[in-house]
Amino acid sequence: MTDPSIWGIMAQKGYSRRDFLQFCTYAAALSGLQSNAVAEVAQQFTTKPRPPVVWLHFQECTCCSESFIRASHPIVADVLLDTLSLDYTETLQAAAGHQAEACLHETMRDHHGDYILLVEGSVPMSADGVYCTIGGRSAEDILKEAAEGAAAIVAWGSCASNGCIQAARPNPTNATPIHKILNRPVINVPGCPPIADVMTGVVTHLLVYGRAPELDSRGRPRSFYGRRVHDTCYRRPYYDAGLFVASWDDENARRGYCLYKMGCRGPVTYNACGVTKWNEGTSFPIQSGHGCIGCSEAGFWDNGPFYQHLAAFPGFGIEATADKVGTVATVATAGALGAHAVWTNVRKHKAIKATIDESVNVTSDS
Amino acid sequence: MSITLTSPSYKRIYVWEIPVRLFHWLNAASLIVLMATGYLIGHPATLSHSAEAYQQYWFGNVRFIHFVAGYVFMLNLLIRFYWGLVGNRYARLRTFFPKTKAEIRELWEVLRVDIFEFDRTAHPTVGHNQLASLSYLILFVFSVFQIATGFGLYAAMSDGWVASLFGWVVPVLGGDGATRVWHHGAMWFFVLFTLVHIYIVAYHDYVEGRGTTSSMVGGWKFEREDVLDRKD
Ligand code: HEM
Ligand code: SF4
Repeated sequence: MTDPSIWGIMAQKGYSRRDFLQFCTYAAALSGLQSNAVAEVAQQFTTKPRPPVVWLHFQECTCCSESFIRASHPIVADVLLDTLSLDYTETLQAAAGHQAEACLHETMRDHHGDYILLVEGSVPMSADGVYCTIGGRSAEDILKEAAEGAAAIVAWGSCASNGCIQAARPNPTNATPIHKILNRPVINVPGCPPIADVMTGVVTHLLVYGRAPELDSRGRPRSFYGRRVHDTCYRRPYYDAGLFVASWDDENARRGYCLYKMGCRGPVTYNACGVTKWNEGTSFPIQSGHGCIGCSEAGFWDNGPFYQHLAAFPGFGIEATADKVGTVATVATAGALGAHAVWTNVRKHKAIKATIDESVNVTSDS
Repeated sequence: MSITLTSPSYKRIYVWEIPVRLFHWLNAASLIVLMATGYLIGHPATLSHSAEAYQQYWFGNVRFIHFVAGYVFMLNLLIRFYWGLVGNRYARLRTFFPKTKAEIRELWEVLRVDIFEFDRTAHPTVGHNQLASLSYLILFVFSVFQIATGFGLYAAMSDGWVASLFGWVVPVLGGDGATRVWHHGAMWFFVLFTLVHIYIVAYHDYVEGRGTTSSMVGGWKFEREDVLDRKD
């Protein structure tokens, strides 16, 4: 028995051909394809068996899953997720315990080499991985086994792609992003959580083309992570004009000026929030009046405080920025130089006087 | 009019050639601009104009000046490195590295005599003294660091090939946020350097009276004949 295609599954569920084509258009747009590629998407979704999907959960909070089921298009949740859950995802599958483990192994065995592996969460590497075990096995073990026969691997969210909060200093469990554990390419989709439509876009691309979208040097899909939030922010004109909010309840905040001085991380964060937005394109943090906290950047928890433009200077307390340290050093240096100048006049008095004495005497005797 | 010569006679030495002097002042000017605009980029003033955003562009201009000065700073440094290969003995890059025993001894001498003033006398040298050379070597290292992090950050907003050469810097330092912190923190080195440098030049001029300050304008320094005879 061959597996049904996406269209097959949709038809089973009672969707019309029209719904299906709408879905294909949406999926094509999300994957950054031109409109003439819609036909190809429809073709693939009709003929190709839907590849089985395994979704693993390690050290995480499930916000990636929560985000994913809120994708703009209802069919995505209904079809993709419903079908995803057929195979293995701890949060949403019906099976539990031994049954679930059996289900996972069956998928990995029967579809060795062509299932898609989606990983949510980081993997703790210290103490032999005891900080995260499922069914008596460490996350590292499970990940390595599942990765072995996967056609493609996606790291969902900041946990799986850069460690997120578990990896924040001092990282007690040695939480590690999966691309550092597996020595094969991983598609990183960072964000805490990633934008639902970005997640759908990545999965769609894999389903349609059977290969990863174009990635940047850090393994992130270029089409979603190629630009900074700052580059697509609608408050950017205020930034260039130098009109900034200086406190949360000032007149400038009411006017919707730029949040740069309030610690907005938009200028250092690569994500699609300004364009795709969240919850069916409703809004994104900056639109709601709060600066970006940089949740899709590696180490963002350690680059706080969030409401300060520059990160705290390590080792000098939360409040110490490089500027406070620098100012103290400058004042201290100026003081030392002043003292040196005074001391020079005392200590080198003779040498200076000798120089003056040996000066040429010009006497006029006209 | 009669002149009574009570002083030892001095020889005039052409120490700093024109490229070195030009480098010095262009470097100083671009550094001042980079520090001022850089500080503003980190701490922009809050204006509350009722004006529309399109009526002004001051922050954009500050950043633009920073980037232009960044290019000047880098090109100037490259030219100086080139001159370090072809210039006179005082301009050579190798003068920046203390290598021989004598040079290392001089380093300690300068610390002893000029900085800690254990010695009541003055021991002038032609060219850069060894401690000064070392401080310029550190300055060059910081300059290269600042160019790498600056252009690394610039790569996110520029299509220029120069910036793209430094695209690798940001991932190495752990992202744009961390790179900004480094770039901003390193500014304080230049602030401290400028302060100390100006003081020390004034100190040498004051104690030795050999035209240290003006040498960077005209290129000339003065050395006692007997000292020169001893050296050569
Ligand atoms: C010694 C020289 C330099 C100093 C002291 C300096 C200082 C600074 C400072 C303090 C900032 C603000 C960082 C922050 O708080 O966010 C900054 C930003 C920046 N600098 Fe420099 N900088 C120097 C050289 C350069 C060079 C050579 C470049 C190359 C083009 C450069 C490019 C940048 C960029 C792109 C930014 C970020 C601006 C933005 O996103 O608006 N800097 N610099
Ligand atoms: S609010 Fe943030 S992202 Fe938007 S322009 Fe200002 S600094 Fe950039």
